[in-house]
Amino acid sequence: MSDLTRLSAAALSRLIATKEASAVEVTTAHLDRISSVDERVHAFLHVDREGALDAARRVDAGEITGPLAGVPIAVKDVVTTKGVPTTAASKILEGWKPPYDATIVERLKAAGMPILGKTNMDEFAMGSSTEYSAYGPTNNPWDLGRIPGGSGGGSAAALAAYEAPLAIGTDTGGSIRQPGAVTGTVGAKPTYGGTSRYGLIAFSSSLDTPGPCARTVEDTALLHAVIAGHDPRDSTSIKQAVPDVVAAARRGLQGDLTGVKLGLVKEFAGDGSEPGVQAAFKESLEALVKLGAEIVEVSCPHFQYALPAYYLIAPSECSSNLARFDGVRYGLRSGDDGSRSLEEVMSLTRDEGFGPEVKRRIILGTYALSSGYYDAYYGQAQKVRTLITRDFEAAFEKVDVLVSPTTPFVAFPFGSRTSDPYQMYLADLFTIPTNLYGGPAISVPCGLSEGLPVGFQIMAPTMADDRMYRVAGALESAVGTFTPPAL
Amino acid sequence: MAAISREEVAHLARLSRLAVTEEELDRFAGQLDVILQSVARVGEVAAEDIPPTSHSVPLTNVYRDDVPTPSLTQDAALSGAPDAYEGRFRVPRILDEEE
Repeated sequence: MSDLTRLSAAALSRLIATKEASAVEVTTAHLDRISSVDERVHAFLHVDREGALDAARRVDAGEITGPLAGVPIAVKDVVTTKGVPTTAASKILEGWKPPYDATIVERLKAAGMPILGKTNMDEFAMGSSTEYSAYGPTNNPWDLGRIPGGSGGGSAAALAAYEAPLAIGTDTGGSIRQPGAVTGTVGAKPTYGGTSRYGLIAFSSSLDTPGPCARTVEDTALLHAVIAGHDPRDSTSIKQAVPDVVAAARRGLQGDLTGVKLGLVKEFAGDGSEPGVQAAFKESLEALVKLGAEIVEVSCPHFQYALPAYYLIAPSECSSNLARFDGVRYGLRSGDDGSRSLEEVMSLTRDEGFGPEVKRRIILGTYALSSGYYDAYYGQAQKVRTLITRDFEAAFEKVDVLVSPTTPFVAFPFGSRTSDPYQMYLADLFTIPTNLYGGPAISVPCGLSEGLPVGFQIMAPTMADDRMYRVAGALESAVGTFTPPAL
Repeated sequence: MAAISREEVAHLARLSRLAVTEEELDRFAGQLDVILQSVARVGEVAAEDIPPTSHSVPLTNVYRDDVPTPSLTQDAALSGAPDAYEGRFRVPRILDEEE
């Protein structure tokens, strides 16, 4: 039954609905695939074989029905799962079993989706390569010596390695889209507030957005529809109907973009994408024009300040959010030998429990928020955020969506950017503006450069998630999907 | 000129309750200096009259009715604690002995 792992979620769902395959068979096939390849890929930090099979059995018993009932899924380890270890890839939470489910996990369970396990990531979702995971990196199925992107590299690699047909990611500055791009998979960041943050271990609360990851645009939309929608437990959750992303994706897949205006951001042009990335992006644009789309150049003059603004706002929020890891309520406690004070134990716990990137960002955020620097750094970054939002709003008066490469470079070899943190930050150059604005964006595989996948990013206005799915579907209909070499 | 000194990083680490080692201080000071010089570019933007954006959803206060709803039991809330005692989180001493 190993061929079940090659099918899309939509196809698996049809097989389960018509009883040509049972949910247990589908789940078992993916668990077996994980057993056979994950030693090399290391997409998972924890596999919940029994929990997944229990959920599958309930679907087979007819207790739960629905569009994705019985289709298994992998969940990024920054999202709480009741009774199942959740570490955010940090030593400070090693072995922690949350006493509650995140809202999106409740929705997956209510939809009858077996949760295969928890996927690897950069610690607390800070990074672009999974090299900052405290449990070792994930290897890109396209080339095991290269990064799978980050922070959600485990979710993306699990899809590319056929260990799961669907996965949950979280996107604060590109952590769903950039891993999607470098693994040849699809990843969508919904509108901020469109998916609940309840039960998502907070990194930067004004930016964190959970979202769907899959191998096809239709599958991504199907998962989007399951997890999105208002949640009273998240005070920034938007109380509006979720756009019909599934219909939009299917409409796009019919391959007609007549009358759709795609905006090319002038300021992104000179930003040093690799030639192979530029070439694949340009070919995809031409393919979309053949489907009827029109290309319009737009100017977003403040996008050049998005990366600096982000690396002030996100660390500032993280320095506050991560104060909760104090060795008192959960996780690690270090140095408590009876001779030390609470403050000493707290400081030793945090130094032992956090990795280098997390410490850098906590220190940077503490600096940006200190009196005397606040106005020049955090305050100014928030004003720049307003200007970036205005750039988006002005652009969307002229065009339907904005398009760009997802990330400037294809998957890079391990170790090539860890010594200079700012070089790592450049991976998010094209994805960050959207996070500051709050609108939705999706990365779709669009070609290969020297045998490695390139991602195409589509950005849409706030709560117009359907619009990006239509263009994404059209692109997939033109360029197809991409399969990595056999593992 | 360096944007941030080793002494400042040491001070910030103390404020952040991070007992960093000397080696970490050496490494972080150089790296944070590079990062800060890059992010300081936000200062180039003339934005005196621009209102700040804290997050993208235009909401102020979100209220719910003041009705008790189920929440974690005491046991569940304490289940992940490194140390608990008689239904409470147990912490190391907070005051020095001479205080």
